[in-house]
Amino acid sequence: MRKFSVFAVAREALRGHKGWEPQWVSPEPRKEYDVIIVGGGGHGLGAAYYLAKEHGITNVAVIEKGWLGGGNTGRNTTIIRSNYLYDESMDIYEHSLKLWEGLSQELNYNVMYSPRGVMMLSHNIHDRQSFKRHIHANRLHGIDNEWLTPEQAKDFCPPLDISATARYPINGAALQRRGGTARHDAVAWGYARAASDRGVHIIQNCEVKGIRRGPNGEVTGVETSRGFIGAKKIAVSASGHNSVIMSMADVRVPLHSVPLQALVSEPMKPIFPCVVMSNTVHAYISQSDKGELVIGAGTDQYNSYSQTGGLQIITHTLDAICELFPMFRRVKMMRQWGGITDNTPDRSAIQGVTPVPNLFVNCGWGTGGFKATPGSAHLFAHLIAKGEPHKLASGLTLDRFRTGRLIDEAAAAAVAH
Amino acid sequence: MLLIYCPYCEEERSELEFRHGGDAHIARPTNIADITDEEFAEFFFLRDNPKGLIFERWRHIHGCGRFFNAARDTVSDKFYASYKAGEPKPDLSAVHPATEKTVETYEATEGTAK
Repeated sequence: MRKFSVFAVAREALRGHKGWEPQWVSPEPRKEYDVIIVGGGGHGLGAAYYLAKEHGITNVAVIEKGWLGGGNTGRNTTIIRSNYLYDESMDIYEHSLKLWEGLSQELNYNVMYSPRGVMMLSHNIHDRQSFKRHIHANRLHGIDNEWLTPEQAKDFCPPLDISATARYPINGAALQRRGGTARHDAVAWGYARAASDRGVHIIQNCEVKGIRRGPNGEVTGVETSRGFIGAKKIAVSASGHNSVIMSMADVRVPLHSVPLQALVSEPMKPIFPCVVMSNTVHAYISQSDKGELVIGAGTDQYNSYSQTGGLQIITHTLDAICELFPMFRRVKMMRQWGGITDNTPDRSAIQGVTPVPNLFVNCGWGTGGFKATPGSAHLFAHLIAKGEPHKLASGLTLDRFRTGRLIDEAAAAAVAH
Repeated sequence: MLLIYCPYCEEERSELEFRHGGDAHIARPTNIADITDEEFAEFFFLRDNPKGLIFERWRHIHGCGRFFNAARDTVSDKFYASYKAGEPKPDLSAVHPATEKTVETYEATEGTAK
């Protein structure tokens, strides 16, 4: 694969851009692979890349029902942060954040990681206590997070209304300066390109219809819309459809799938310098490099696989945005969409072995999987290659629902879902 | 937003009046202190999360306040039945198609989602 560089851009500019190659190849599937990864989102493609790069396993296929990054990888609000409360979460999200910092160089693909700061607004005494607890926990863990007064918050994000007469007064904020955003499509494409370069097969428009099992219960391959494909190991990372895929191997996972919505405004000149979230009034906003305001709404309360969501969920979020940032009241919203998130009872992900031999699962990232992409993919590759979890992911097992060692991040989400 | 039929109030009301209550027809074991950890995890945490027909509990929290059950398709969000708590699962094999086609746009559901 030809490297991207300033010289390549200059050369192609002189040649009329006729020398660019496809970013990844989509070959006919082989009869059998060492590893099949179900789900061509960031987590699955990243796991394939790290399998090839760090574990020398290149006989790998990533099977995707639709197109790469067309699921939640391309439907989220691209926020990156690691200021979670519990050790298990901080371990994995901080691991991920550190990988984000060097990801563009590693993949030779600009994922546009922008550490512009993630600010969480505090509106009442409970928020303040909760955020300060997070800040202390984070700093003990070596993760940056700091407390801002309302004036400091206003300095950091000038559009914010901190007046005493505001509908939702602010008594402070927690700021993680290394948090920020990245370009979601580029993450999928960058991993796909780098994985394909190392020999991974990327098979799109190929739906997994069943999982075939051997005499001892072990997996032997997948039935797909393009026929049977054999596999020594199967790794499932299918986001909202994890329950559906896992049920093909008769494995029940503690997940429920709900739509989570986002929307973007018309593009504007740079006006919003950071990411702002408010759990209490459910505001969640940043500005993309294209200039659109990117707004995260809430989840619907019921299980659903329709990638839509109720309108009242969006208006609730916009109400809060208009109060916190009065300058946005006349901005037009341009597009709205939903993604299907798979949520666990304790709102922490599951990554581990399953009761079925050689079947691995990476699920339950719920409403916060994008930020975890590099870290999750890196640790998932370790799990697939070694057959046991990496120590950073050792708490995320499926078994924790039996042992009771839950990681109760429900109260630690940036906005309540 | 869904329109939901409350079998106690006997009318369709906006989803805003209701609270979703998870899967229906899950019976709490009568010998809860004796069951194994695996059995407890299954009862307490494991759910089917089907793509298609789901039986679920709703509570008309801003109305009559009562729990009831409903059958809904999780792809089209269309309700197929709504019935009082304690009544058995209705047989919907005649009215519910095996699978609904996946819908990915808001416009596509406006006609059918209730």
